[in-house]
Amino acid sequence: MEEKKHKVSRRQFLSYCLMGVGGFMAAGMISPMVRFALDPALEAGGESDFVQVTTLDDLTEEPQRFDFQVEVEDAWYTSDQPRSAWIYREGDEIVALSPTCTHLGCTVNWEGHDDHPNQFYCPCHHGRFEKDGVNIAGTPPTRPLDVYEVEVRDGSVYLGRPMQR
Amino acid sequence: MLQKIYDWVDERLDITPMWRDVADHEVPEHVNPAHHFSAFVYCFGGLTFFVTVIQILSGMFLTMYYVPDIIHAYESVYFLQNEVTHGVIVRGMHHWGASLVIVMMFLHTLRVFFTGSYKKPRELNWVVGVLMFFVMLGLGFTGYLLPWDMKAYFATVVGLEIAESVPVVGGFAKALLAGGEIIGAQTLTRFFAIHVFFLPGALLGLLAAHFIMIRKQGISGPL
Repeated sequence: MEEKKHKVSRRQFLSYCLMGVGGFMAAGMISPMVRFALDPALEAGGESDFVQVTTLDDLTEEPQRFDFQVEVEDAWYTSDQPRSAWIYREGDEIVALSPTCTHLGCTVNWEGHDDHPNQFYCPCHHGRFEKDGVNIAGTPPTRPLDVYEVEVRDGSVYLGRPMQR
Repeated sequence: MLQKIYDWVDERLDITPMWRDVADHEVPEHVNPAHHFSAFVYCFGGLTFFVTVIQILSGMFLTMYYVPDIIHAYESVYFLQNEVTHGVIVRGMHHWGASLVIVMMFLHTLRVFFTGSYKKPRELNWVVGVLMFFVMLGLGFTGYLLPWDMKAYFATVVGLEIAESVPVVGGFAKALLAGGEIIGAQTLTRFFAIHVFFLPGALLGLLAAHFIMIRKQGISGPL
């Protein structure tokens, strides 16, 4: 058969073979390294332990700030990091709000501004939240404050990780 | 699609002659294993370069996790090898490649020696090659310390003792390499800097010179 009758010329066929094999070898080299680099973005965060923060008796209807330490495992470095929560009782229910503003991550304070009683106030951009943590329309935050997982054991309050609502 | 992108760029920048000049060169019959199988000995230089590319790539990725600090170096190596997905592969590539590059380089040197390729007019390329040999040994020496385990530490202690045994300048050389009297924090940062910046920089410069010279002079003739 003549060369012209082939749809793929010999030269093209050989160059496809070379590109295929070369590409396969290059992929074999590169892909473990790329997965290695992507690892932090692909691995899900681990479960967090519950930490004792306060006792039931200390809680009131008014949000109070409680500071506590959590053990944070950051790759090869494990350390105790300070955390805080605004905790109050609502009948039988216990609500523990994260103090991290959902706008840009500053720290909110209960009644942090004289003009806004009964609200959480963020000093950075005047973000405000209701007592239950819901953001007030017209202020910068776009979603409610995160709530901690709460557990009560033997009259003590334990907090887990803050969850997005 | 790719062809169109290429044509678009080529029309404006005329890139074809650039890569043609790099890609098109004569491969004489006596160095082509398809003609004489024994010509595979001419592959060792290219293989050395191939392994060097792997070393550079895997090394770049390893620095995403490694820290050159006496407290955390070992922990970070342990973490990247055992906790990060494919960490054992990437570190393994760098670990085994380090030995392989020395082996390939040695075989390449033997081939050049026994084919007499170092003779006039290629003496300068031999000199550059020997300089690269020393740079590679330096990379091996400095890289060996970085995991900061017992083997790494005491290998470096011995290596620096050897440096100290040099007459007159020995003490100075050791202090310079170790970054002081103690083989510790400053030694590790120093070796890291030398391993990832200084020596690779020197290596790339020498490699460029090596390749430009071989293209200019061509491969030496048959035996």
